[in-house]
Amino acid sequence: MNSIINMFNDLKEEFIFNFIDGNRWKWLVDGLGVTLQVTFFSVLLGIVLGIVLALIRSTHDTNISTISNPIARNLLKFANTIAKIYLTVIRGTPVVVQLMLIYYVILVSVDSKILVASLAFGINSGAYVAEIVRSGIMSIDKGQFEAGRSLGLSYTQTMTKIIIPQALKNVLPALANEFIVLLKETSVSGYVALQDLTKAGDLIRSRTYSAFMPLIAVALIYLVLVLFFTKLVEILERRLRNSDH
Amino acid sequence: MTTDTIIKVSGLKKSFKKLDVLKGIDTEIKKGEVVVVIGPSGSGKSTFLRCLNRLEEPTDGVIEFNGVNITDKKVNINKHREKMGMVFQQFNLFNNHTILSNITLAPVSLGLMTKKEAELKAFELLEKVGLSEKANAYPSQLSGGQKQRVAIVRALAMNPEVMLFDEPTSALDPEMVGEVLNVMKELAESGMTMVVVTHEMGFAKEVATRVIFMDEGVIMEENNPDEFFSNPKNPRLKEFLSKVLI
Repeated sequence: MNSIINMFNDLKEEFIFNFIDGNRWKWLVDGLGVTLQVTFFSVLLGIVLGIVLALIRSTHDTNISTISNPIARNLLKFANTIAKIYLTVIRGTPVVVQLMLIYYVILVSVDSKILVASLAFGINSGAYVAEIVRSGIMSIDKGQFEAGRSLGLSYTQTMTKIIIPQALKNVLPALANEFIVLLKETSVSGYVALQDLTKAGDLIRSRTYSAFMPLIAVALIYLVLVLFFTKLVEILERRLRNSDH
Repeated sequence: MTTDTIIKVSGLKKSFKKLDVLKGIDTEIKKGEVVVVIGPSGSGKSTFLRCLNRLEEPTDGVIEFNGVNITDKKVNINKHREKMGMVFQQFNLFNNHTILSNITLAPVSLGLMTKKEAELKAFELLEKVGLSEKANAYPSQLSGGQKQRVAIVRALAMNPEVMLFDEPTSALDPEMVGEVLNVMKELAESGMTMVVVTHEMGFAKEVATRVIFMDEGVIMEENNPDEFFSNPKNPRLKEFLSKVLI
C-alpha cells in the first residue's frame, strides 16, 4: 500500500517538476500550436497539389489520344513528365532530408519556419495524395464519364461535377490515413529548429533530465489529436454515405 | 443530302490498334426515322453508334450532323452532343446525384435552362415515365428498369434532335425489359428520330421504320422491317435470323 502511495507521490513530483515549474507546460502548448498550424497548411497544400497532379496523370493516361490540339497535347505530355519526376523524387527521398533541403538550401532567405515546414510537408504529402486521388479517379466506372460527355458536358465539367466527387468519397479512408501520417511526420520539424510539439517535449527533457514525463505527455497529445481526427472523418464518412445511401 | 437528313455517315472506319471494327459504313438517318441496328456481337454495331456522337473517335470517314462535319477536329463536339441524346446499356446514371439532379445537371451547367426551368421539365418528363415520386432518390435506390427510364429522361431533358440507344435493355432483368421498351415506343410515336442498337427483334419489327443488319464491320443489309424479316436476302442475315427467331 505504502509503495503505491509513494509511486503516486513520485509521479506527482515528477509532473510538477517537468510541467509546472518554470511554466514549462506552456512550451507544450506553444509546440502544439505550431504542430497544428504546420499540419493544417500542409494538408491544404497537399490536397491542392495532389488533386492537380492526379488530374494531370489520369488525364494523360486515359485521354491523351482524344486531344487533337497538338499544343495542348504536348503541354499535357510535358506536365505528365514533370508530375512523374516529382512523384519519383518526393516519394523516393526521406521527408527530413526534403525539409532540410528546403530550409537550408532552397528557401534560405525565408524567415518563417512555419511557412518553410508547411511547404516542405505539403509538397511531400502532395505526392502521396496524388496517387491516392488518382486511384480514386481510376476506380470510377468509365460509363460515368461517357454519360457526362454524351450530354455535352466538357471534360472539366464532367470531372468536377461527376468524377472527382465520387473519387474523393471513395478514397476518403485512404486520405484520412495520409493526414494522420502527415500529422505525426511533422514531428521531425525540430531538425530545422522549429519548436513543434515533439521539440517542446525534447526541450523539457533537456532541462529536467527526465525523459519519461515529457515524452509520454507528447505521445498522449498526438494520440488524442489522431483520435479526434479519426472521429471527425468517421462522421464525415457517415454523412457522405447517407447522401447517396 | 436532302434537308430532312439529320445524320449522314460516309466511309466510316474505326480500328482499335490492329483490329478493324468498322470497315466502311455509309448510311443516312432521316428526321423521324427509327433505325434499329441488329447483328451478332462483335459486328461493330455499338462502335458504329458510339462513333455517331464521337464517344469513339472514327479512324476515317465523315459524319455529318445537320450538315456539319462533326468528325472535323475543329468542331466543338460538345455543342453537337447536346442535340444527340444517348442511352447506355449500363444506364450510367450519376451515382453522386439524385434522380432530379441527374436530369437537370447538364441543361443547367451548360446554361441552356435555369434551374427552375430544368426542374419543371424534369418533373414533366418523370411524370410521363411514371417516376416523379423518385425525384429525390439516388440511383442506387432504383431498379434497373427505373434507372433506364431515368436515363432516357435525362437525355430527353436536353431536347435532343436524335436519340441513340446502345443496347438499352440488355442489362435488364427480363420482367423490366417491357417497361423500358414501352417508353421507347412512345418516344418513337411522338416522332423522335432514333437509332437503336438492340437484340429485341420484337421492337425492331413493331417500331422500326428501317432495320440495319451489321456483321464484320459493314452493313450487310438494310430494309423496312416487313421485308427485312420476311424476305431477308443476305445469307448471313438469313443465318442470323434463323438463330434468334423462335
